Amino acid sequence: MSTREKVGWGIGGLIIIIYCLFPVAWIISLSFKSSDDISNGQFLPTVFSGANYEQILVGDAAGLFLPALVNSFGICLIATFISCLLSMFAAYAIARLDFPGKKLILSTALAVAIFPVISIVTPLFNLWRQIGLYNTWPGLIIPYLSLTLPISIWTLSAFFREIPWEMEQAAQVDGATPWQAFRKVIVPLAAPGVFTTAIIAFFLAWNDFVYGISLTSTEAARPVPAALGLFSGASQFESPNGPIAAAAVIVTIPVVLLVLLFQRRIVAGLTNGAVKG
Amino acid sequence: MASIEMSHIVKQYGDGYPAVNDVSLDIADGEFMILVGPSGCGKSTLLRMIVGLEDITSGDMVIAGDRVNDKAPRDRNLSMVFQNYALYPHLSVYENIAFPLRLAKVPDSEVRKRVEEAASVLELQEHLERKPANLSGGQRQRVAMGRAIVRAADAFLFDEPLSNLDAKLRGQMRTEIARLQRRLGITTVYVTHDQTEAMTLGDRVCVLRKGVIQQVASPRELYEQPVNLFVAGFIGSPPMNFLPASVEGTSLSTPFGKVELGEERAEKVKGYDLLLVGIRPEYFEDASLVDEAKKPYGSTFTARVDVTEWLGDAQYAYIPYEAPAEIAEQLKQLSRELDSDQLRTQAVVSIDSTSRIREGHEAEFWLDTRKVHVFDPKTGENLTRDAEAGRKLTEMAAEDRIEQVERAKV
Amino acid sequence: MSATLDRPTSAIDPTRGARLNEKVRAERRLGWYLAGPAFAVMLLVTAYPIIQAVYDSLFDYRLTDPENSSFVGLGNYGVILTDPVWWTSFGVTVFITVVTVAVELVLGFALALVMLNALRGLRPVLRTVILIPYAVITVVSAFAWQFAFSVESGFVNSWFSWIPGVTAETDWFGTQGASLFVICLAEIWKTTPFISLLLLAGLAQVPDVLQEAAKVDGATWWQRLRRVTLPNMKAAIMVAVLFRTLDAFRVFDSVFVMTAGANGTETVSFLAYRQTIERVEIGLGSAVSVLLFLSVVLISALFIKGFKVDLSQARGE
Repeated sequence: MSTREKVGWGIGGLIIIIYCLFPVAWIISLSFKSSDDISNGQFLPTVFSGANYEQILVGDAAGLFLPALVNSFGICLIATFISCLLSMFAAYAIARLDFPGKKLILSTALAVAIFPVISIVTPLFNLWRQIGLYNTWPGLIIPYLSLTLPISIWTLSAFFREIPWEMEQAAQVDGATPWQAFRKVIVPLAAPGVFTTAIIAFFLAWNDFVYGISLTSTEAARPVPAALGLFSGASQFESPNGPIAAAAVIVTIPVVLLVLLFQRRIVAGLTNGAVKG
Repeated sequence: MASIEMSHIVKQYGDGYPAVNDVSLDIADGEFMILVGPSGCGKSTLLRMIVGLEDITSGDMVIAGDRVNDKAPRDRNLSMVFQNYALYPHLSVYENIAFPLRLAKVPDSEVRKRVEEAASVLELQEHLERKPANLSGGQRQRVAMGRAIVRAADAFLFDEPLSNLDAKLRGQMRTEIARLQRRLGITTVYVTHDQTEAMTLGDRVCVLRKGVIQQVASPRELYEQPVNLFVAGFIGSPPMNFLPASVEGTSLSTPFGKVELGEERAEKVKGYDLLLVGIRPEYFEDASLVDEAKKPYGSTFTARVDVTEWLGDAQYAYIPYEAPAEIAEQLKQLSRELDSDQLRTQAVVSIDSTSRIREGHEAEFWLDTRKVHVFDPKTGENLTRDAEAGRKLTEMAAEDRIEQVERAKV
Repeated sequence: MSATLDRPTSAIDPTRGARLNEKVRAERRLGWYLAGPAFAVMLLVTAYPIIQAVYDSLFDYRLTDPENSSFVGLGNYGVILTDPVWWTSFGVTVFITVVTVAVELVLGFALALVMLNALRGLRPVLRTVILIPYAVITVVSAFAWQFAFSVESGFVNSWFSWIPGVTAETDWFGTQGASLFVICLAEIWKTTPFISLLLLAGLAQVPDVLQEAAKVDGATWWQRLRRVTLPNMKAAIMVAVLFRTLDAFRVFDSVFVMTAGANGTETVSFLAYRQTIERVEIGLGSAVSVLLFLSVVLISALFIKGFKVDLSQARGE
């Protein structure tokens, strides 16, 4: 590559960085604006103020935001855990065993993944009201599985297929019991795949909005995105934009942390499941 | 240290196909046994039955006096080098080698001592902390060997261990394995489809075809006294030439003229219409370069040379010949079964590298008729095999082995 | 190796059915024991609701008035399909889908090329930042863009006041065109990185030696891209387009946050939501849901049959 080309691609890279970070930087900047600053028409605040954070963490809006944060974490973690557990068994069967119906399971997962969420939510709304799951944690965890399970099955089967399973045999020749072979060889090889799958599933659950606003009505189960979406109407006197921005920054922190820590694995997981030659 | 005895071993898959059929084979303590054959002959399946990764349908597998048919791999105390090495990608080289010891709960200090010993034998000391993914092919191969030798196993099993290496490394590792085996004096079973490995490494070689043993013998016996067409064609490179022949008195008439058999051998081939005569490339020579004293032991003929290949230390000439359709068809089938793709009926002739025989010209060749073998084309059986001479060759090999092991112990 | 070659493939052995032994049957059983629960849950959370939705859509049924529920057959569908509201929202959805997918594809490819060619040191940085839009939740992204453009708290109007027509008072959410522009912008920002990662994986699968061969054959950069690179990553492109199309067709979050469906920005998903959840018209809402579902099925069928997207191949099955 000539120097000119290198510089060109370097500038391209710089543009990507700006592209990706700019809106995030903006919402952070907005979250530090005081209510006087909100409409200053500028990107940056004139003075940095923590008032918005104060409002959502300890102030008036804390009663809305903090329970929502707890709900989000609880519901997403449980949904992720369940879908990882179920898909671990399914992916093992798909990667390792020979049985009719493998293709059916994978196609079903695909069909579920492209299913319009809103088509599911309508009947669920009705049913949940009748059987008392409306506005409860299980009432969200169950539909969240429709988001997390398909991707988990796909990603994990792709990972499991790449595990050199003959290692298990090698270990047995080396003197391992079947259980030792599984624990000392297969588990360490499979763990990164399971972990990555869990992260991706968590992203999907964390991102949900439709189920959140449709199947909840109070802080008892409402997750953060839904709380944010409905927060706009909650304020009477002043613009809710500042507190919303602060809340948005807080819900973004966990996912950004995951990205920073595990970017390599996430990229592998996303592309492994989707485009595999 | 152990002997391995197999009697009437059969492996039948769920669909009834016998991958290994009635194999009986005794491997002596400290012996280096090669299982060889074209792909699909059942050699790997047999190896995996020894180590316990495949169930045995029927027959007895006895290792060191114990019947092990129903024992799990870990209870058989064997170590194995897999074709793709099967290194644990999440463990360092050190931990890979130490793995069997860790499973056996060997104390740390002992583990360290033995891993370092193995590493120094295999010159892996500098790589102990690296992960397998960062090693070259040859290094990975050595790690796999290290894992096999670190434990006091009863026998080593190798499943085509060198097939993923390039030619040069393969040669190096081959001698390395031979040296190691002699030094440790440990019973070894080695699966390969490469006949160079089979010939150079084995004390004895077991040739398999479609799950059935063809011949078990020392490399020399296999080469000089093969039992049938299959073994004769499989062992040797370039392969043995098979020419159609018919009996005329005490000699055979072939596309390359008359081949004198002598009374004794002529007696054995009497009564056959059509025969196949097997002649190894090196039994030929450029007639002009043959010692006058030697000439009477063979016959001379002239033929047109199609192609010559000069390799510096050797030279090959290719001579096409006509064969009856049925023989041509049979030879084609044989070459297919042997995984080679010889397309035309032509003889490969090894001549001295100084020979100036030219492509496209007639040339005079000499053929040493003393060593040719004659086969029945229908059954493939070697009609002129000298079983006694063969037995002697294999006995000599056994004596050599015992002597080498003794010397290594000193 | 020979161990596997020894075993003939089942297709050529006629005795297989009869000799199907216990081991094979046990493996099949275990397969379903392991995969069954996941399969059942997937069916439960999708097949059941859609069947229920089809059933509900045949009734004139309001949640607040369950006594007066009555069977109307396909009446709800008639109502919807003759109502301009449906057709507006359908048009808006198609517009958003086409615009975002087209822009994302081109932009995503550019991003993938940059990532592929960027200096070694820069690559991990790029791969990390590119994941950030993917990971940021849609609602947050929608808020960020809305706030940026809003008259009240934005900076866009003051930054871009040099463009004719943009003043401090420009209300981006006051007209259909401008609102859709911002909605598309937010969608594109959030999902392009995902496409670019898929395309990058596709690019990486085109062997370098092909590029070199084309160079030797005298192809320019542009010719290599068109005649060598793109044809060889067609599978990756089609998969990316299919997934994004289906995803874009369900657009909801951004619309909800930015305009709440005002000024003719209502999408099909939003219409279904409004009918069911806000107006509790279960019958009508279900019918809209079913129509949306049918659209998605139709798009998939179109892609898979029409463009011959072989998902199983692309997914390494």
